[in-house]
Amino acid sequence: MSGPSTFQQLIDDDAKVEANDWMPDHYRAHLVRQIAQHAHSEIIGMQPEAQWITRAPSLRRKAILLAKVQDEAGHGLYLYGAVETLGTTRDDVLDRLHRGAQKYSSIFNYPTLTWADVGAIGWLVDGAAITNQIPLCRCSYGPYARAMVRICKEESFHQRQGFELLQTLCNGTVQQRDMAQDALNRWWWPTLMMFGPPDGASIHGAEAFQWKIKRFSNDELRQRFVDHTVPQAELLGLVIPDPDLRWNSDTDHFDFGEPDWDELTRVINGDGPCNDERLAVRVQADADGQWVREAASVHDDRRSARSEPAA
Amino acid sequence: MTSDGQLFEVFVRARRGVSHVHAGSVHAASAEMALQYGRDLFTRRLEGVSLWVVPAAAVVASQSDGAPALFEPAADKDYRYPAHYQMPDGIEHI
Repeated sequence: MSGPSTFQQLIDDDAKVEANDWMPDHYRAHLVRQIAQHAHSEIIGMQPEAQWITRAPSLRRKAILLAKVQDEAGHGLYLYGAVETLGTTRDDVLDRLHRGAQKYSSIFNYPTLTWADVGAIGWLVDGAAITNQIPLCRCSYGPYARAMVRICKEESFHQRQGFELLQTLCNGTVQQRDMAQDALNRWWWPTLMMFGPPDGASIHGAEAFQWKIKRFSNDELRQRFVDHTVPQAELLGLVIPDPDLRWNSDTDHFDFGEPDWDELTRVINGDGPCNDERLAVRVQADADGQWVREAASVHDDRRSARSEPAA
Repeated sequence: MTSDGQLFEVFVRARRGVSHVHAGSVHAASAEMALQYGRDLFTRRLEGVSLWVVPAAAVVASQSDGAPALFEPAADKDYRYPAHYQMPDGIEHI
């Protein structure tokens, strides 16, 4: 029953492909790469924010930030679970991450210099992630789509806590407002780069559309994010650092400037401000956890040996 | 396994795209038979498009008398919900 024609029918019908369905090798490989890199982004993304947990300015902010970073770990686990349904293992994709053979979102290679950066990440980076992820809830691979539904549900609080944090700073002292503006200045352009290279230069675009993994182009999603975010910045009283940004009443969209695509290429290829640190912390965490995994495994072996009936 | 077989838990996927959901249990001598019984028992009216059967003994469940201790810590953390945050009037798409 299951074969190329069934697969194509599912795609044509906007139905979901499930783990035990036949699928083309390229479809499987594309999903493994995309879901693994998505999972890596979630867990690497814990680092820049986690650095502020001990320095959060109040118990409420600390509890919120802890809950958010905990959610990111959970998002990573949903996605590693989804990638394993494709016949690969978590160990294998983590090994690829550690060897630099699989990447994660370029945005997490930028440093969090001030407390306002925690707000900018929630508002902008999670806002951009939501823009990217909402269409993925309808992607053709069932386990990925269902993981995205869970993630999107949880992501809303992430964006709001960031906005509220910045709003608090913007209503504070001049120094606090300046700190918020400085964070926006540094995070704006890297956030726009999160949507990937411009449509003409995107190498994975065509097949992702054909298989209904991707529903909107990089540029479409970038435009949607800008259109949603500019009015929010106005409510904060912050200025988006783009002299070309203006409302275009002909297109009913904001016109905006061109991100520095050379910078994106550099950061993706390892030459961002924090690439080495992020990967080193991740590899160290993996090594530090090795004895725990070994102990758990030995404990389980011994317990099963004890409960086994005598031969 | 005894000749009487064992209990299997049956999970039904109502339609493509949604998760398998627990429907009930069947007693069967083998996993293959449990699939057949699950089909006969739980999908006579087109309730599903896919079945999973899992030996009931393989299910590890939380203890109901430990439920408060397990789940209560989430009760006082309403900052995990978007509605906890005060948003300005007129804001959209957040």
